[in-house]
Amino acid sequence: MAKLNMVKALNLALMQEMERDPDVLVIGEDVGVDGGVFRVTEDLHRAYGSKRVIDSPLAEAGIIGASIGMALYGLKPVCEIQFSGFAFQCFHQIENHAARYRNRSQGRFHVPMVIRMPYGGGVRALEHHSESEEQFYAHIPGLKMVIPSGPRNARALLAAAIRDPDPVVFFEHKALYHAHKEDVPDEAETMEIGRARVVREGDDLTLVAWGGMLRVAREAAEILEQEDGVGSDVIDLLTVAPLDRETIVRSVSKTGRVVIVHEAPRSFGPGAEIAASIMDGAFLSLEAPIARVTAHDVPFPGFARERANVPDVARVVAAARDTLAY
Amino acid sequence: MPRTPLEPRFTVEYLSVLDAEGNLDSALDPGLPPAELKRLYRAMLLARRLDERMVRLQRQGRIGTFAPIKGQEASQVASVEKLLLFFAGHLEGGQPSPDQRDLPITIPVSTQLPHAVGLAYAAQYRQDDVVVMAYFGDGATSEGDFHEALNFAGVWHVPVVFVCQNNQWAISVPLKKQTNSKTIAQKALAYGLPGIQVDGNDVLAVYAASREAVERARAGDGPTLIECVTYRLGVHTTADDPTKYRTAEEVAEWERKDPLTRFAAYMKKKRLLDDGLEAQVDEEIAAAIARFEATAPADPLVMFDHVYAELPPELKAQREALAEGLRSGEPGRREKHEPSPPMRGQRSGKR
Repeated sequence: MAKLNMVKALNLALMQEMERDPDVLVIGEDVGVDGGVFRVTEDLHRAYGSKRVIDSPLAEAGIIGASIGMALYGLKPVCEIQFSGFAFQCFHQIENHAARYRNRSQGRFHVPMVIRMPYGGGVRALEHHSESEEQFYAHIPGLKMVIPSGPRNARALLAAAIRDPDPVVFFEHKALYHAHKEDVPDEAETMEIGRARVVREGDDLTLVAWGGMLRVAREAAEILEQEDGVGSDVIDLLTVAPLDRETIVRSVSKTGRVVIVHEAPRSFGPGAEIAASIMDGAFLSLEAPIARVTAHDVPFPGFARERANVPDVARVVAAARDTLAY
Repeated sequence: MPRTPLEPRFTVEYLSVLDAEGNLDSALDPGLPPAELKRLYRAMLLARRLDERMVRLQRQGRIGTFAPIKGQEASQVASVEKLLLFFAGHLEGGQPSPDQRDLPITIPVSTQLPHAVGLAYAAQYRQDDVVVMAYFGDGATSEGDFHEALNFAGVWHVPVVFVCQNNQWAISVPLKKQTNSKTIAQKALAYGLPGIQVDGNDVLAVYAASREAVERARAGDGPTLIECVTYRLGVHTTADDPTKYRTAEEVAEWERKDPLTRFAAYMKKKRLLDDGLEAQVDEEIAAAIARFEATAPADPLVMFDHVYAELPPELKAQREALAEGLRSGEPGRREKHEPSPPMRGQRSGKR
């Protein structure tokens, strides 16, 4: 057991999975000698050499396309796209091929690969360095979309993603990389993909969040408890797709009120799908309209304005109070 | 400071072995034994006869849209060691048989090329004696994935052979609107790999160039780009009308260079043409079509089976809803949802 931040926890997962399975390769821009721009792949190159930890040419379609070929051959590439905002240069490879080979070949071929991408705002970065675009991947049949919220679940989910027989898009929130440390067990640990976790329990309200927004939801729940005497279920989604509808519906059936928090723009975002699932599964339990606290429907603004775009604790608390007062 | 030409200077070769009348340049003869020549000829004939039959089947409404290859048989057949016939839809939904070593076709142009590079990387990583052949057209060379694939292949030095079918037309757009390069082969040089242009209607030239490239890849000497200069004699697909964009004279000129008649002339001179081969090939095609048409109609539920290794709950529910709809004869009906307990007013706990 060691206290690790998310960067070190992800690195541990990669180290251990590469040790466990010689078919696991790491590929991306600057992932080798440099250890990745966020240091997630640090020391892998030293441990496993340049054949398994590949400093690729600077080309996203090439990285994902070649990794698809490797995966079709039976290897398990873990690709790093340096920032999720650059992934549109390989989006066609992800959508057209990674997600479809199993179906296209009726099960003869499959693509066991992980596509890691740092995402999210709040780190005072340039354009294309702060977006939250999980909805694009969650919408694609054949893909899984995973977003951890802390060091321990990041490590366990990355290990699970590497062992998964299907392609997994794995978002890592940049603001979480060094945010806090957690006890992470030394021995390998995995978590089931497709399962949300209830990280705080209460009877009055359900808060649904993931990734960088989980901290915001938890802090809002704490304030609501302290100041309003309101008890909240806080659900950490962990996997956006396939969505754990069961956990959400069970909670809302109990509380009757729900606030969904996400950093992606609102319209057609994951919150809409979660809300529709609640309507399907817990309509008669609802006491108030489903509320969403999200980024605005604007291109992610420059860093002088980003705090006004990304949901914060005050906005979540305000939305919760409106919901509770409905 | 002077301006000096950089060394090395590059050259691109053009290779042709059989002329349009089927006369052999014996200095360049790849020296195939008669049995091998017969196998190649049979494969080209089968490809031509099947192609013509498929166009007729489409016109009769018995198959969907079809993209014929007429005129390109030499370019395609001579570069594969074993002829692979792959009828999408013959097996359920297009499943290749387990021993088949080729991937299903990739419709978005050129996106298959990085896959070939990754396959070659994996083969090299596992130290398998494998060479990957990747096929694409002249239009594909305009795409970014072509560039990325050749660049990665050059940097990684992997055993892959890129075979460009330069058939002059990407649907209605001629090569001169596709690239300002004199050849496609020369594009390889920028990536640090050899490129060769061959007469793509000359089966022996394509064979010779492919063999050389495969041997180079096997020996660990990296990738090659082969440009087969050929011509699409027919339509792009059965939905296309080429009379809108190209002249009958141009087509007639290329018909005179038909790869099949050229090879047949050579085979005849060598007394290697077997009597009754056409009938034999036609019979084989007829039997394959009969097998295809006797296949049971597709089960719609199969669409759910290969999206993931394991069906997620939502997909399971969608599958069950469709199955129920099909059983009750209402496949379009709305998904059924169980009322969700607890009902309003029956909840436990405080509000």
